[in-house]
Amino acid sequence: MPMSDLTHLTLAEARDALKAGKVSATELTQAHVAAVESARALNAYVLETPERALEAAAQSDARLARGEGGALEGIPLGIKDLFCTEGVRTTACSRILGEFTPRYESTVTANLWRDGAVMLGKLNNDEFAMGSSNETSCFGPVVSPWRRQGAEGAAATQLVPGGSSGGSAAAVAAHLCLGATATDTGGSIRQPAAFTGTVGIKPTYGRCSRWGVVAFASSLDQAGPIARTVRDNAILLRSMAGHDPKDTTSADIAVPDFEAAVGRGVKGLKIGIPKEYRLEGTPAEIEALWARGAEWLRDAGAEIVEVSLPHTKYALPAYYIVAPAEASSNLARYDGVRYGHRLPAKDVIGLYEGSRAEGFGREVKRRVMIGTYVLSAGYYDAYYVRAQQIRTLIKRDFEQVYAAGVDAILTPATPSAAFGIGEKASADPVEMYLNDVFTVTVNMAGLPGISVPAGLDAQGLPLGLQLIGRAFDEETLFAAGQVIEDAAGRMTLPQAWWA
Amino acid sequence: MSVDQATVRRIARLARIRLDDADVPQMQDELNAILSFVEQLNEVDVDGVEPMTSVTPMAMKMRCDVVTDGGNVAAILANAPASEDGFFVVPKVVE
Repeated sequence: MPMSDLTHLTLAEARDALKAGKVSATELTQAHVAAVESARALNAYVLETPERALEAAAQSDARLARGEGGALEGIPLGIKDLFCTEGVRTTACSRILGEFTPRYESTVTANLWRDGAVMLGKLNNDEFAMGSSNETSCFGPVVSPWRRQGAEGAAATQLVPGGSSGGSAAAVAAHLCLGATATDTGGSIRQPAAFTGTVGIKPTYGRCSRWGVVAFASSLDQAGPIARTVRDNAILLRSMAGHDPKDTTSADIAVPDFEAAVGRGVKGLKIGIPKEYRLEGTPAEIEALWARGAEWLRDAGAEIVEVSLPHTKYALPAYYIVAPAEASSNLARYDGVRYGHRLPAKDVIGLYEGSRAEGFGREVKRRVMIGTYVLSAGYYDAYYVRAQQIRTLIKRDFEQVYAAGVDAILTPATPSAAFGIGEKASADPVEMYLNDVFTVTVNMAGLPGISVPAGLDAQGLPLGLQLIGRAFDEETLFAAGQVIEDAAGRMTLPQAWWA
Repeated sequence: MSVDQATVRRIARLARIRLDDADVPQMQDELNAILSFVEQLNEVDVDGVEPMTSVTPMAMKMRCDVVTDGGNVAAILANAPASEDGFFVVPKVVE
């Protein structure tokens, strides 16, 4: 098979070809290593590990030759630089971590290696996963492989891939890996997936271990995959998920065979359309896409019902109290003493303040400061406790809808298609935050949500639909997601203009 | 609610982030933009609503009170910017 064909396989196809001996893990990995090298203009990878990849691939080939091998044997993946990888630099794309090289492996990545996956390298993200465009990374922005129609050559506006998992989404869309790990605190898997025509699932809180994942907001953070199809997502999540005694919030429940749910269909399911997600100013094409998605599900046998989630509009402001509060606490560990960047000073407070001033970028400082303020004496009840009460109300909204027999909820994934790099660099940080208006509710309630590509806008850019499920019912999301994927067809992937 | 410049300096101090005087006004504007955005939460009636403490209902697991890990001084110090004789080195804290 020609090398470019190897990078155009889906993960499921590659897995089957490896098992059947039609392709070797070494060939598959070489093809991806070459693709990664030729795509440096996208800035998707912040660290390439080709030697390690080829070594792992050779081991996979030996196992496959013996008729052994795990569920992901020989599958080349990219890893978001938020996952600690033993002996491989991990930075969260923050200057403050410097050349930090973990002496341990995150549970999620350890699960992937256990199943035979091959690591191609570490992927770019917004600094500490704080951002919706991948522009806050200390390694610079990721360039989306997608471009507006008719925009070609040097004059073409470079678009963001979304964030914070922008490197993951861009690498998957540009065929620089068969799938990638990602994390989602307010939309960081689903929004970049929607912007790049890829599929991304944020599983139920507790489904994947957070151990060894650089912490942002611990009550909201969840790891999940980004891949090119719903089936590939299901395959990856099964390997990533599972109980871990090292994370006390990890759920001690069995991991289903998610792939088996992919073809299950939606016949007899009740799909809710929440009226509160009809926001003023949402582009007409997103409204139309949403209506079309509902029709596809109805045509496949689902019943479509209007539902109400009355506290929806408060999710985003409540998130901007809860997430920074937790971040200010989690990021207290970066002190210039134990690891990472240090600015020498004559006293220890000066060392902390200088190291953190130099090490953290603007967005991170802003969030740590907001978090410090809302947790400070006299403001805790007015801000933090109130936000957590509102979180209870948001979760209750969902519980009431599910109690009424709704199986999943359909919404747009984002309020717009991808925008240009630098286009939202205004003085008001809230403008960027609004990207997550449809996704953040799901993190606040701890539920699973999947973003599936559903069409292109007038400029030829991908748009996604989101399905929100009951806690620990990712299977219904895969089943319904496949119906959308089948109806929408695969997105026409961008020409490799960067190579 | 909004913050004045003195408050911005106080928050920076609490957060242990050095903030140059020239950066204070911009940080003040940005923090106030966020604070004005979250102000709408005051419209919500939260009387008698329990604040969320755990997003999925689960009981914290107990484990035996035994030593399960340790003796990893070299690994712990491996990434330290400065270390000596098995310790992290910091500027003098006691006169």
